[in-house]
Amino acid sequence: MAFKGNGINPKKFHKDQLKFYLFLIPFAIFMLLPILFIINHALKPLDELYAFPPRFFVDKPILDNFRNLFDLANTSGIPLSRYIFNSLLVTVAVVFLSVFISSLAGYVLSKKHFRGKHTIFEINNAALMFVPIAVTIPRFLTVSYLGIEDTYFAHILPLIAMPVGLFLIKQFIDQIPNSLIEAAVIDGASNFKIYWKIILPLIKPAIATASILAFQLVWNDLETSTLFTTSESMRTLAFFMNTLAADTNVVVGQGMAAAAALIMFIPNLILFIILQSKVMNTMSHSGLK
Amino acid sequence: MYKDNKSPYLFLLPYIAVFSLFIIVPVAMAIILSFTNFNTVEIPEFIGILNYINLLTQDEIFMQYVLPNTVLFAMIVGPGGYVLSFLLAWSLAQLTPLPRMVLALIFYSPSMTQGVAMAVVWKVIFSGNQAGYANSLLMQWGVITEPLIWLQDTRFILLIMIIVALWSSMGVGFLAMLAGVLNVDESLYEAGAIDGIKNRLQELIYITIPSMKPQMLFGAVMAIVGTFSTGAIGVELTGANPTPGYAGQLIVNHIEDYGFIRFEMGYAAALSVVLLLIIYLFSYVSKKLFSES
Repeated sequence: MAFKGNGINPKKFHKDQLKFYLFLIPFAIFMLLPILFIINHALKPLDELYAFPPRFFVDKPILDNFRNLFDLANTSGIPLSRYIFNSLLVTVAVVFLSVFISSLAGYVLSKKHFRGKHTIFEINNAALMFVPIAVTIPRFLTVSYLGIEDTYFAHILPLIAMPVGLFLIKQFIDQIPNSLIEAAVIDGASNFKIYWKIILPLIKPAIATASILAFQLVWNDLETSTLFTTSESMRTLAFFMNTLAADTNVVVGQGMAAAAALIMFIPNLILFIILQSKVMNTMSHSGLK
Repeated sequence: MYKDNKSPYLFLLPYIAVFSLFIIVPVAMAIILSFTNFNTVEIPEFIGILNYINLLTQDEIFMQYVLPNTVLFAMIVGPGGYVLSFLLAWSLAQLTPLPRMVLALIFYSPSMTQGVAMAVVWKVIFSGNQAGYANSLLMQWGVITEPLIWLQDTRFILLIMIIVALWSSMGVGFLAMLAGVLNVDESLYEAGAIDGIKNRLQELIYITIPSMKPQMLFGAVMAIVGTFSTGAIGVELTGANPTPGYAGQLIVNHIEDYGFIRFEMGYAAALSVVLLLIIYLFSYVSKKLFSES
């Protein structure tokens, strides 16, 4: 007898699916434990942090660790609000600029004929495997040669070229029918108007995805703070939080470091939950040929 | 589509400008500097392939620790994490939408932090005294009698790095492959059933994978990038570069050691080039496996 029916994307629960749960749940637990751990650890009062043997779950949750974190930043001379401001400014700028330039480029790479088009896209595809950490030194030299060390530009400019973002946006624009654009051309719309009024509204899922990837990249980034800035007041939240993590031998420090990790993690999580359906939509067009 | 002579370049200009400046130029610069002796103060001095000769013949630490560590780490975390993300994505596709979404979120969430940012968690879990979670648990179970200093013990550093890297490896590639499995044309499965597909494994090998090759390739490239980007995790975990006994030293750390600690930029650049070649080699193999052309 022929194998009946596929199990992909089922609408209803069937006991056949149980074996997949059996495979997936242990992994889910392994993946989730560290995250549950920082949530619990961040909320532990001092005596529970000191408890022996150590306990996983918090008994009496309390926000002391967060308060200590703020106090520590204040006593070190630079208030936490400064790091938060830096991080927000840099993150917003990178996300906005990177999506803007990627979508401009994605539009013409997808819908225009011109010399060098395929070469440019191929180079970008090759750059998908670019790992910035491999060439930190030349990047450092470039930044210092440009004279933008210790400015916000040093945080923003090195991160806004995102090959993955351009790739996903271009693939998404590929499926917009050309007839839409031709109609607009007949109506006399300029290129920028077509980009602004037709392309952008239609590629919102890809924009959301590129934004979330850019956000994750810049929000967690340590490279620009470590290498491209020299004064403490120009550094980002990720950098400050990471210096805390570097000194976790003291038990009090552990609680604060967990609180710091949680503060870094939550925005990522919320953003992804809000945008997840758009991300999955974009990912359907992510094929690399 | 229609012809237009200048505006495409105008639209591309901003992207190409930053792309060249921060991706192309650094790579080119690494290649050029790798043939020089450069200490950041004096002008680089051309020395031919001396750096590469030294790399192969003089740098015992590189040959003895850094290269084997990197290869081992990359072989397990790269292909291992990749196969795991595919299996998880494929299994998730067999579930109904709500549990699928919740589980996908759980698998994806560690990668949001890019691993390195979560070093704190692992430092506490593997802390070296008896109050550390791993020690406490293993002592309760009677597996060990003395607390182990996990993150300074040369036997465990690389293992812990691999666990952490695998934990955070279900990233963009995982999502792409999940979308890929879900988008396979259903009529293909029906046709397959008529043609004598007997079970899920055959379905997987003869229908699912061949029809989502582009996503498989994208996933592979993302897995490679993820693997080499988490390379700094050893220094984060142990708090020292070089890592104790060089046990967790990867090329990335070796570059930093030579570049920013010893200021031998030319030699560090040669190491960068070697790393880029290794990354390229991995990508080349994935392209051979999954490319459609």
